[in-house]
Amino acid sequence: MSNIPADLMFTSSHEWVKDEGDDTVTIGITDHAQELLGDLVFVELPEIGDVIETGGEAGVVESVKAASDIYSPVSGEVIEINEDLVDSPELVNEQPYDNGWIYKMKLNDASEIEALLDAEAYSAVVESEDH
Amino acid sequence: MLIFEQSSSGRRALAQSPAKKAALDDLPADVLRKDPPAMPEVSELQVVRHYTRLSQKNFSIDTNFYPLGSCTMKYNPRACNSLVMLPGLVDRHPHAPDSHSQGFLSCMFELQEILKHVTGMKQVSLSPMAGAQGEFAGVAMIRAYHDAKGDNERREIIVPDAAHGTNPASAVMCGFKIREIPTKNDGDIDIEALKEVLGPQTAGIMLTNPSTVGVFERRIQEIARLVHEAGGLLYYDGANLNAILGKVRPGDMGFDVIHMNLHKTFSTPHGGGGPGAGPVGVSERLVPFLPVPMVDFDGDKYRFLTKQERPETIGRLSAFAGNASILLRAYIYARMLGREGMTRVAEYSTLNANYMLKKMQLAGFQPAYPERRATHEFIITLKKQAKELGINAMDFAKRLLDYGVHAPTTYFPLLVPECFLIEPTETESIDALDYFIESMIKIQEEAETQSDMVKGAPHTLPVRRLDDVKAARELDIAWKGCDN
Amino acid sequence: MPFIPHTEQEVQQMLATIGVDSIDDLFDEIPAELTQFSLEGIPEGLTEMEVSGLMHQRARQDAGAHCFIGAGAYDHHIPAAVWEVATRGEFYSAYTPYQAEASQGTLQLLYEFQSMMTALMDMDASNASLYDGASALGEAMLMAVRSNRKSKSGKILVPTSLNPAYRDAAYSIVKNQGIEMVGIAVDAQTGKTDLSALDAYDNEDITAMVICQPNFFGVLEDVDALTAWAEQRNIMTVAVVNPLIMSVLKPPGQWGSNGADIACGEGQPLGIPLSSGGPYFGFMCCREKIVRQMPGRIIGRTLDLDGKPGFTLTLQAREQHIRRSKATSNICTNQGLMVTAATIHMAMLGAEGLARTAGASHQNHRKLVSRLTEINGVEAVFSSPVFHETVLRLPIATDQVLTRLADDDVLAGYNLSKDYPELGNVLLVCSTEKQTDQGVDIFVEKLKNLLS
Repeated sequence: MSNIPADLMFTSSHEWVKDEGDDTVTIGITDHAQELLGDLVFVELPEIGDVIETGGEAGVVESVKAASDIYSPVSGEVIEINEDLVDSPELVNEQPYDNGWIYKMKLNDASEIEALLDAEAYSAVVESEDH
Repeated sequence: MLIFEQSSSGRRALAQSPAKKAALDDLPADVLRKDPPAMPEVSELQVVRHYTRLSQKNFSIDTNFYPLGSCTMKYNPRACNSLVMLPGLVDRHPHAPDSHSQGFLSCMFELQEILKHVTGMKQVSLSPMAGAQGEFAGVAMIRAYHDAKGDNERREIIVPDAAHGTNPASAVMCGFKIREIPTKNDGDIDIEALKEVLGPQTAGIMLTNPSTVGVFERRIQEIARLVHEAGGLLYYDGANLNAILGKVRPGDMGFDVIHMNLHKTFSTPHGGGGPGAGPVGVSERLVPFLPVPMVDFDGDKYRFLTKQERPETIGRLSAFAGNASILLRAYIYARMLGREGMTRVAEYSTLNANYMLKKMQLAGFQPAYPERRATHEFIITLKKQAKELGINAMDFAKRLLDYGVHAPTTYFPLLVPECFLIEPTETESIDALDYFIESMIKIQEEAETQSDMVKGAPHTLPVRRLDDVKAARELDIAWKGCDN
Repeated sequence: MPFIPHTEQEVQQMLATIGVDSIDDLFDEIPAELTQFSLEGIPEGLTEMEVSGLMHQRARQDAGAHCFIGAGAYDHHIPAAVWEVATRGEFYSAYTPYQAEASQGTLQLLYEFQSMMTALMDMDASNASLYDGASALGEAMLMAVRSNRKSKSGKILVPTSLNPAYRDAAYSIVKNQGIEMVGIAVDAQTGKTDLSALDAYDNEDITAMVICQPNFFGVLEDVDALTAWAEQRNIMTVAVVNPLIMSVLKPPGQWGSNGADIACGEGQPLGIPLSSGGPYFGFMCCREKIVRQMPGRIIGRTLDLDGKPGFTLTLQAREQHIRRSKATSNICTNQGLMVTAATIHMAMLGAEGLARTAGASHQNHRKLVSRLTEINGVEAVFSSPVFHETVLRLPIATDQVLTRLADDDVLAGYNLSKDYPELGNVLLVCSTEKQTDQGVDIFVEKLKNLLS
């Protein structure tokens, strides 16, 4: 069973969101997602200043045999990207919720976070996929 | 060792270039190259020996059974190659005048006719240079057809989830959106799901029949009726034409446009990845849109039809007339087969596949579609082995290489877990088929008793399994000199 | 039965194993009403001896002319060993190297090909081929649009001195993706892209610009100035070049201050016979930073389980079999066999051999043009230096000249008037290192007679 931290919010497309409390969030892909993809070889990051809608494409994570879009869980403006992933995409495999974060966003609407899945609901999504 | 690493400064193949070096001093200095490119400096013998040795590191049809599903790795008759190398054919310039082209053009015209008859289409253009370009041409014609009618809202192409990746990629290149529909457990497409996605936005559907899961789509006439009633057109992906050549024709099934893969069905060389040739055939309503150039015959002379004479064409797709000498090879093969030979292609490729399927089933391997007939290919799933023994389709594939057999297509179609797509072709004898099955049985035993050995396979090839992750993370895609 | 090994006894044995009575029973899932048709229109089969006789006869019909046509396909010497080795069954009858361990021959050869092409173009990365030069340009345009994220217009500047067949094919490929090709005029005097014509686009959002070397008229372009203009405006540059000639001319990687972004073109001059226009191969090189936007197969060097070097397909997540509708291109099968021959050809000639071949073509061309322009009424249309092709003005209709000379087995060149009627009666002639004095004498004599 993959790691699903209780303090984060999630999407059914396997992104996680951390509320930083100041109308900004940090976004990455879940442990379950990185396990499905296997060893990542490349992360296509958004650009700082990009304005992305909820569900819009924010980037791509790529392994040898698969590539998967990152769908933005919330809408807003990209304010920071994880440049370390350019040379070390394996950080997403090793520390998906920590040094493997992908981008930070200034929220349009803080209430969007509440509409996301909590850890329990996301666990159910993962479990249903396994069967 | 790379050819670059065999260089010796100043060495070269002296017989192969002009004895004198031109000065080029009449050209302005700023357009000239200052330093020569870092190319190998080797002798003629070194070149011949190096590439001959490299060739020996390949599996090929000429050396190994190569049952790569969806690729139709049949014997490539040698005459098809030697005859296109005849003077007059090999040295004909693509812009040679008609007076010096009648031999070549007559072959092209006759090939168009043969392909028309065997597919049941109204007209054929030979110009697409591979299957994927044929797909592009076909979908572009569907778009041109709707556009010509002012039907500009039709912007969706329907593709089954089991389709080859080129289908959605080609449709997107033509500016379409993709609607995927599911495949049912018996291998046919889900007609109820099709009905749901059909509508005024439907431009057409792309189908392979037999499908990529190796079974014949039994309700094809109903599908054709539904799509046509919705105002859409039907596209036939010719990847699996070998299965039905001379037995049933895409035109009769109701398709409006098809592409053929001549490097599959018509036995032109696969060449380590091409060239292909992807002629397209169309029903009456798409004839005006066929890509140029096309060959015409007025009863006396053969000539190319150009854009000016085909004002509604989707245009040209290559600088000249497509992969001409691949088309010539296909022509020679088609003439050797003749009409009886075409039908035999489908019959014996199907016989071989069904024989293998039955024997593998008897040996305990699990077919993906046990209640269906195999066509020219079939799928087995190794999910039981993966789960119980930890030996997956990749491990079986790699171990087969140790037995001197090229692996079947693995992990395609994506919807069957741990799958092998196996296509023996008609040119393989029962002995080759039996050897493959015996090898699979032995690997099954090995998987049960010495699984680590199987997971470490291959053991007898020039290299063992390669680190693909390292290849992608630390890109080394061109030699950078001895110092690096 | 041709190419089918089954004996009657084996067929019976196989049917018994399957549990059916006849081969026809295996087709029982096909609706019966679909199987009623006739193949009468297809001739009966021939033996190899018969088809060989037929093809010899067809080949003879087209043989035996002196050819001065270029226009995108060039008749260069090809060492005998090139196709002897390339058509070894192990290369000829293998497929895309999906099983890397069983395809190290093809994979290493492709890695060497990529290395040779990057050296020739002086660029970072090369793919393992596209279909031909024209379709490679179409793909390069799409790649430029993907790579230039700052530009939104999808407008690409294309000089009118680009091979018109390339323009047409590229247009067919890109037209449904919101891309606009904008023509840039040629200076009527020099035959080069008119730098002053670019001023009109100074303040426009332009995504990419195509630069040819040499251009379709054989003329050498001011590639540095064109590249510099684009660089200053963050416009992606797409070079379309003759790869053989890059052995002696400044390669795309050295144009302007930073080099072109993408280089593509027709690989045919590198060991591929004329063979009626195909199969040839398109090549494409680019800077490393946009390699993930490149279409087609790419081979990488890596290590195996034992730490031994080996070769494998890499960056596959760009491709249709993984990315499907979001792939960089729909290309699957490429021109593997042609690239096999070209790699052997380039290894055989080396930098020096390629440069000598290119140089001799240029020198022969100077001879040809000086002889032809001695004829009354025949003159070069453009004043700029050319490489191995020249546009000549004729005193009578080009069609007439071509037809009459063809009657005497002289294929005098390409009828440029069809594509550029504004130039009047013009003919594009070409030379390679294979041109002979005798061939030139016949050409000059026949043309002189016709025009006198």
